[in-house]
Amino acid sequence: MRDYDRCVGCRLCEIACSLKHEGRIWPEASRIKIFEYAPGVFVPNLCIQCPDYPCVEKCPTKAVYVDEKTGAVRVDEGRCTLCGICVEICPVGSIYVVKDKKSVIICDLCDGDPECVKTCRELGYNALEVVPRPEINTLKLYAVKPEEIGRRIGEKIMGEGAGKVI
Amino acid sequence: MPGFWGRLLDIDLSSQRHKIYEIPGLIYRMFIGGRGLATWILWRELGDKWENIDPLGPENILLVLTGPLTGYYPGGVKVIISGKSPQSNGVVGSAVSTELSIHLKAAGYDGLIIRGVSKDPVYLYIDDEKIEYRDASRIWGRDAVETLKYLREDTKIDFRREGAKPWPPSIYVGPAGENLVRTASVNAKWSHGAGYGGYGAVFGSKKLKAVVVRGRGPLPEVSDSEKFLSLRKEIISLIMKDYHMKHWGTPLGIYYTGAATSSEPIRNWQEEWHDVREYSHWELETRYWVRRYWSDYSCPLSCMKVSYVEENGEIYLTDGPDYEMAAYLGSNLGIFDIRSVVKLSAEADRLGLCGIQTGNVMGFAFELFEKGIITKDDLGYELRWGEYECAKKLMDDITYRKGFGKILAEGTYRAALQIAKLKSLDPSEVLKYAVQSKGIGIGAHGIRSKADYPQPIAYVASVQGGDHTSVAGLPINTQESETWKVFLDSAVICMFTGFNVPEEKILDIFNAVTGWRVSKEELYREIGPRILSIQRILLLLGGPDVYWDPRIHDENPKKFYEPLPSGPFKGWKADPEEVRKLKIQYFGELGWDEYGIPREETLNKLGIGYVSSAVTRIKKRLGLD
Repeated sequence: MRDYDRCVGCRLCEIACSLKHEGRIWPEASRIKIFEYAPGVFVPNLCIQCPDYPCVEKCPTKAVYVDEKTGAVRVDEGRCTLCGICVEICPVGSIYVVKDKKSVIICDLCDGDPECVKTCRELGYNALEVVPRPEINTLKLYAVKPEEIGRRIGEKIMGEGAGKVI
Repeated sequence: MPGFWGRLLDIDLSSQRHKIYEIPGLIYRMFIGGRGLATWILWRELGDKWENIDPLGPENILLVLTGPLTGYYPGGVKVIISGKSPQSNGVVGSAVSTELSIHLKAAGYDGLIIRGVSKDPVYLYIDDEKIEYRDASRIWGRDAVETLKYLREDTKIDFRREGAKPWPPSIYVGPAGENLVRTASVNAKWSHGAGYGGYGAVFGSKKLKAVVVRGRGPLPEVSDSEKFLSLRKEIISLIMKDYHMKHWGTPLGIYYTGAATSSEPIRNWQEEWHDVREYSHWELETRYWVRRYWSDYSCPLSCMKVSYVEENGEIYLTDGPDYEMAAYLGSNLGIFDIRSVVKLSAEADRLGLCGIQTGNVMGFAFELFEKGIITKDDLGYELRWGEYECAKKLMDDITYRKGFGKILAEGTYRAALQIAKLKSLDPSEVLKYAVQSKGIGIGAHGIRSKADYPQPIAYVASVQGGDHTSVAGLPINTQESETWKVFLDSAVICMFTGFNVPEEKILDIFNAVTGWRVSKEELYREIGPRILSIQRILLLLGGPDVYWDPRIHDENPKKFYEPLPSGPFKGWKADPEEVRKLKIQYFGELGWDEYGIPREETLNKLGIGYVSSAVTRIKKRLGLD
């Protein structure tokens, strides 16, 4: 879960993510990405675990699968051919092709204890939180590209003038 | 090499060719990066003809440099913009916060060298090893908001191929830089600017509108990963304890610096005290802040706040406004209405003006008007303290070099000389209202009350003139001295994220990243003085339009020797004898002579004996040989 109003754009979550998964500070290889559409208008973007998992369904080599324990989307690096189908159909755009990586990368929820959430909590911003899956499947509501979210948050903060900036 | 790549991208705008510029490891060890590396490169490339280089001519080179702590230190998200400064004719390391710093490193470069002049307006698009010289004719003349919108569309990453990734970061100039205004800044992210030095005009002179960098790879490896990670964690928790800075940021100074320390510029420094309670961070907080916290990449402090005003269909968007903006575009113009400050600060951002330097020259003009030296006949309108409309008009005239704005666009010092000529006055009759040091307007922290941080020689002895982030001071082996500031600007970390962290910790993480063993002693006695010595030499070489004479120009503005007229520090003023003594002591500590010229044995000891030929040139010009 993410709180657009609380995110400050520090991207320490991005750093925590790439340190955990790649052992390096590597902006493009972070599984969470912060979009900044105007001063103060931030959209943390990452996998929302769609109830119907279109990326899993459409993967021709069965490289993309669901982690039974966490519900996260996982990638079998050996099977991924970087065909790009999942990247194109992902409704939030959170499956990434990254230079020199042999497979796509997706948020794996760090096995249920995500580094990004821990970091944000330690900083006291609490813009990210791990919550149980909702009983009624509302997750699909959030299947929106960051640009659209940014436009909405911008208008909420700045009113109609936001259109001039964003 | 841990912490950096050892290579810069060397771009020639005239021929649209580029190559890799290798930096030997030893040079990094001696000069670190950022401001230090800039100083070395400028000496190497331009040192033998420095006096003849026009900062706004084709021969000047523009530098965009990271440092070894860029991306690693929490808050290490700045780049240093440098080159021969059109304000001081020396070198200024001017910092601006932008993710471009991170992306430069992720693209495999420690920075950029930009030479030559483009035939037509251009912007650089750098995507790892791919360099494009893109047409900027459609954004030439456009303001910050329009420029960023255009760049965002023009550099968008196709999400269908790679996933949704943020558009690459940029630095850019507004109309002020294009029009070669010497108080123009290099900007980023709507409202950040590298103002000191006037490098916006250098962008403009090269017909360069913006630089966009996308780095796809990881940052360089660090030397001791385990130690680095644990220190990083510890430093983050220390930075977060700076509660006041976090909660209110520098706007905290808007009331405090006037009311408590009597060091806030008011009506061109005629006063430094006020007790206007409506003129405060709290007024901003309760009326204009739409977002409480704003950070750039890797910074846990979030000292930036977002102010927003919509009025008559116009939008005014800015960060803070931070203390310097409020002081220079507010009280220094006699404006104590915080809404006007938000608007003027947003206008400066939009036009690509440094709010400090521009506010300095505007306050100067307002006072000349008050004293009758310039009149309505010169300007076409009156300049009345406290009035937003005339301030806005003057700002526009400076940006577009309209009418009298053409003179003021040269910055306070040069404008003073031109006005004296125009009015057939002795230069001293006009310069006495100029609050600047060596071409650089003095930051909004006065010295008269002695209650604020700058020492009496803060601006007198600084190699960056009036720069309030690079003040000189004693003792030499402490953060009071410019040796510390030059380290921050060379390792390239934000001064504000260093406030709450002991310098040992900063050095520890620096050493964990680079694998070096730099001690405090080496930092204060060798690295700092080495960089400062070359910077000082280039400053004293100066030219081609103005030159500095240490006997005249290593001095406070005349105003600082006049007593404060009001407030709890009424009657306080700087003491010329104390300033003279401290200056000579400070120069001596750095191994410089009484004129602040580095001694030959100092240069040899610091391993830069090769610059002594320039010392000979300086002494010859000053008749000191």
